[in-house]
Amino acid sequence: MTARSEPGKNMQPAVETRSLTRVFHPKKKKEGKSVTALDGVDLKINRGELFGLLGPNGAGKTTLLKILSTLLLPTTGKAFVAGYDVEKDFVAVRKRINMISGGEISGYGLLTVRENLWMFSQFYGIKSAEAFSRIDEMLDLFGMADKKNEKVRTLSTGQRQKMNVIRGFVTDPEIIFLDEPTLGLDVNASRVIREYIVDWVRKKDGDKTVLLTTHYMAEADELCDRIAIIDGGRILACDTPENLKKLVRMNRTFKLDVTFMKDKSSLGSIKGVDNFTYFDDSEKELTSLKFVLSDEAAVSDIVSLVLGRGAKIVSLQKTEPTLEDVFIKMVGKGFE
Amino acid sequence: MTETWLLRNLRAVRGRAYPRIVGANREPSWVFFDIVLPLLTVAAYAYIYKFMDAPKEFVGFVILGGAMTAFWLNILWSMASQLYWEKETGNLSLFMMAPISRMSILAGMAVGGLFFTTLRAASTMIIGIVVFGITLSLSDPLMLILVFIVTMIALYGMGMMFASLYLVFGREAYHVSNLMTEPIYLASGFYFPVKALGFWAAAGASIIPITLGLDALRQLFYPLTGEQYQFLPVTVEVAILAVLCVMFIGLSKLSLDYMEKLGKSTGRLTLRWQ
Repeated sequence: MTARSEPGKNMQPAVETRSLTRVFHPKKKKEGKSVTALDGVDLKINRGELFGLLGPNGAGKTTLLKILSTLLLPTTGKAFVAGYDVEKDFVAVRKRINMISGGEISGYGLLTVRENLWMFSQFYGIKSAEAFSRIDEMLDLFGMADKKNEKVRTLSTGQRQKMNVIRGFVTDPEIIFLDEPTLGLDVNASRVIREYIVDWVRKKDGDKTVLLTTHYMAEADELCDRIAIIDGGRILACDTPENLKKLVRMNRTFKLDVTFMKDKSSLGSIKGVDNFTYFDDSEKELTSLKFVLSDEAAVSDIVSLVLGRGAKIVSLQKTEPTLEDVFIKMVGKGFE
Repeated sequence: MTETWLLRNLRAVRGRAYPRIVGANREPSWVFFDIVLPLLTVAAYAYIYKFMDAPKEFVGFVILGGAMTAFWLNILWSMASQLYWEKETGNLSLFMMAPISRMSILAGMAVGGLFFTTLRAASTMIIGIVVFGITLSLSDPLMLILVFIVTMIALYGMGMMFASLYLVFGREAYHVSNLMTEPIYLASGFYFPVKALGFWAAAGASIIPITLGLDALRQLFYPLTGEQYQFLPVTVEVAILAVLCVMFIGLSKLSLDYMEKLGKSTGRLTLRWQ
């Protein structure tokens, strides 16, 4: 055992990588150039975190997950999971992890859902009675209780992915790697899975950690405590969604619908207002005011001025930078 | 090796064997494909021997050989090729990520396959015996059990070794299995006593455990045929099979470790369509 220090393992970060690099070489030279999938990745994920990895196709997300789940060796650098070296202490790592991928077709079609889940639980040495108890409980939770004796090959895509999610969680791992777990699923199936993931992390008092890769910005924003943006094998930014959004210094748009307002003078000259336009809707007796702000403090001056002129506020809308704006700023392009 | 480690791996063997064991009941089409169709080949040889007025034992030899083809086909298509198919469905990465010895997965495949195939082979044999009115004169049932066990361990050990080696061949695995079907039927003497090939050819074919196993089973079912059709004495064949058991299981462990190392370093272990 070559873990960094055996006592106090739980104090170690759930995941830590140091200058992690992975290069794929073609089998034959004529098949192309080597590809650097990971290029000096330094990452630290704390226990109890729901951590997101956001990046376009080919960014290195899945390669990183494969290294962390002991399926692939790094070319250089180090990776630790639960304090154990993924290269040297892979058995200790494997006891503590599991992985779920989107679009997974694992298992055997002739087995029932319950049998399939039991089979995978056996690879983790779980007693049959305990495994069946956990499986039944989780099938119930995912609204799949009526499918437990159905053959896997009869399941829909959403049901199959719910089964895969149960497969990953039924072994009660310390750290779970989720590789686009809601890929291609409908709204309901995605929601059930997202809710379960959040509950699982939150209810376990910091014992459980999730590393999630996703294409869905809203999913990352909604679920993750922290997010790393990865592209070309490099981590471009890593912080909470709120802090990441602060990185985007974009002009805020502020839209105000008020009762008909005759005098609009000096609204455009309020400090912090870069641009001001308006539209009078005589039919509805409303005036729409649109401001582009360089300083959000201007909002209170705008509201005071509008109210001071006897108009009443009907609606108020402020646009915030989204993770997508952050992503585009960092990566230089959005998802295809 | 701790008790927990052992229990975990035994559970893994049971878990992986399970789909094959229940599969025997859930896909009844096997009765036609795995019993009726092989019997047609057996029948063809049986009628040739009858027409030639060959000794009665030859029809029995053919039925035994026909039953044993089920094991060889199981080795090629459900052992050797299996890890490749598991890779294609995404199961392989889940097996590799589990905290168990990879040998447990292979052993589970072997145990399940052995159970599944023994049902088929026994059915072929029983129907063949009834249809062709074969009389067997079994002299030493304990030795028969021993021969069957060592043959199966050596054979499935070989299958375990092929399983990891086939990952190297990737998509070509299908052709390798095809290449190893009919030639082995000939070399191992599935439908005739292997002694007919001559000593050195039969000795070469003995690397396939079924060659010696089948020869020994024929001797035990037909003790009165004496040395006329035997390649080697049964005890010698059992001894060689025991050596093959150790050799193939050892080689399967080595090849599996090598494949895992190679797969992890090249990234091919979890990539589909390779």
